[in-house]
Amino acid sequence: MKKIRCALIGSGNIGTDLIYKIQRSPVLEPVWMVGIDPESEGLARARDMGLKVTAEGVDGLLPHVLEDDIQIAFDATSAYVHAENSRKLNALGVLMIDLTPAAIGPLCVPPVNLKSYTDQKVMNVNMISCAGQATIPIVHAVSRVQGVRYAEIVASLASKSIGPGTRANLDEFTYTTSNAVEKVGGARKGKALAIINPAEPPMIMRNTIYCLTDDEPDQAAITRSVLQMITEVQKYVPGYRLVNGPAFEGDKVSVFMEVKGLGDYLPTYAGNLDIMTAAATRTAEMFAEEIIAGTLTLEPTRSLATEAAQ
Amino acid sequence: MTSSLNGRKVALHDMCLRDGMHAKREQISVEQMVKLATALDGAGIPYIQVTHGAGLGGNSVQHGFALASNEAYIAAVAEKMTQAKVSVLLIPGLGTMKELQAAHDAGARSVHVATHCTEANTSPQHIAYARKLGMDTTGFLMMAHLNDAAGIAQQGKLMESYGAQTVYVTDSAGFMLPDDVKERVSALRDVLDPATEIGFHGHHNLGMGVANSIAAIEAGASRIDGSVAGLGAGAGNTPLEVFAAVCDRMGIETGVDLFKLMDVAEDIVLPMMDHLVRVDRESLTLGYAGVYSTFLLHAKKAAQSYGISARDILMELGRKKMIGGQEDMIQDTAMTMAKDRGLLREPAQAGA
Repeated sequence: MKKIRCALIGSGNIGTDLIYKIQRSPVLEPVWMVGIDPESEGLARARDMGLKVTAEGVDGLLPHVLEDDIQIAFDATSAYVHAENSRKLNALGVLMIDLTPAAIGPLCVPPVNLKSYTDQKVMNVNMISCAGQATIPIVHAVSRVQGVRYAEIVASLASKSIGPGTRANLDEFTYTTSNAVEKVGGARKGKALAIINPAEPPMIMRNTIYCLTDDEPDQAAITRSVLQMITEVQKYVPGYRLVNGPAFEGDKVSVFMEVKGLGDYLPTYAGNLDIMTAAATRTAEMFAEEIIAGTLTLEPTRSLATEAAQ
Repeated sequence: MTSSLNGRKVALHDMCLRDGMHAKREQISVEQMVKLATALDGAGIPYIQVTHGAGLGGNSVQHGFALASNEAYIAAVAEKMTQAKVSVLLIPGLGTMKELQAAHDAGARSVHVATHCTEANTSPQHIAYARKLGMDTTGFLMMAHLNDAAGIAQQGKLMESYGAQTVYVTDSAGFMLPDDVKERVSALRDVLDPATEIGFHGHHNLGMGVANSIAAIEAGASRIDGSVAGLGAGAGNTPLEVFAAVCDRMGIETGVDLFKLMDVAEDIVLPMMDHLVRVDRESLTLGYAGVYSTFLLHAKKAAQSYGISARDILMELGRKKMIGGQEDMIQDTAMTMAKDRGLLREPAQAGA
């Protein structure tokens, strides 16, 4: 079966883990890895895994996009360079999956709203954050049953799984995730908290989701909705597991989740890495299936960033 | 008899209206804050911390909702101060720079930027922003017993490199003994610039608040956090009026009026307490097991809800190495323990 050929930009934890996820996909094929440091471990690993590599950033990839038929690119660099990367690749008709907090394209949580984007001619989708991917499905599972006036998510992450970029920019993580709890989760107000725990052995990623409902929560309907949503997420993140709840107290619904990774690049405690890369892969697959079926044709565009600036 | 610390100058920082918020389940009114802060200002306390117990951004399901916004508390207190600076707590991951700006606009002039004792590199943007605002800026290393002296020195050095003017050893669990404190403060003193101050924030869970604070001064600390009458999380902070009396006896200069402080403790703080803040069975467990002091009332509540003893829950949280901010894991842990003991059913079964 035909596979859609992909480029990965950024050779850090996320980019490297993506290679494993995409190699397993029935509809995607990792072809290029883009870095900026020729000595980087990520680029060496990508080369060993059979990818073409460049250490000259996105500009090193551009001359090869057409001849190698690259149709989807994943950006795991930083919010600061994402817009420019996206503009250059969109102009060549490459769809951009954004794993940075840049969020210049629509926010995507696969089981909640992915289908709506493949129906539109979207050329850039943003994956929010690891905590967003782990919690927003649950917020949505409650808000599709009844109105949620406030939702709060608490992500506990193993210290070893958090890279220097996230550490130096925790506020951006907070703002992007809080916003997505509202926009995608469906809560009227959202708040996100992150705790980095250095325990040894490292703790598996935990997420707690609190929703305050407008009316008394319909316990049976919410429980059904949450359990159903968990099976949806488990389709692409098998280690997504309900530990406790839903617990009900007045208008408060509490759900306690654990995310165990597949252990591809980092060990299984780094569920935060997995849920991000798995969601991005799932998103790309949905577009790839449509491209293969002939129901979606990617066309060169001016980027969203360029349009927004005009 | 004069002590070796005779003539040393130490700045006291009162925590009643921040750490004490935990002991009051965040239910201190603006009027109560103004009354207590005015009295502390009158007694000569130079720094008064005023925020939600979890600091800026603390209003949440996770940490409880206070009676007023942080900005409302800060503004009401700040305008009444004659000499004291109003300070705030900011824990990156919970509070943000936007909230720090708002606190500064409301009148806050000092900030404790707090991280777990191994995660200082989550604080660079907040420390730099506080300095840009011209605030008296402290890097606050929480749960300091979970990092050794060399590690604390290295983390403190990082915070200093971001711009922190003071670095604190923070005994959030009230677990440390005087030698633990001395070793960490000395290690910091060895590596930090001589102009960088060192502080100590104690909890009284093992009754060591005063002794630990003196040990910190012996090793080079010049700022001490405490709370008048000990109104704080767990068994409370170092009782500040007791500490001030000890300082007087040792010739350590705090600049506060001891008798006024004793009156504030007895006449204002004690009547505010919902429960007597003391070393009881559960707060002793915190100190003994090295658990975050704020977990106390959350664990008592979970104990009631799920029929597990608070002490068992706290011991389990210690075993699982939960840290400040993970209050959600208290209910989660209690529920898991209740399931293991056959006291709670799985929701899947309940829903079926």
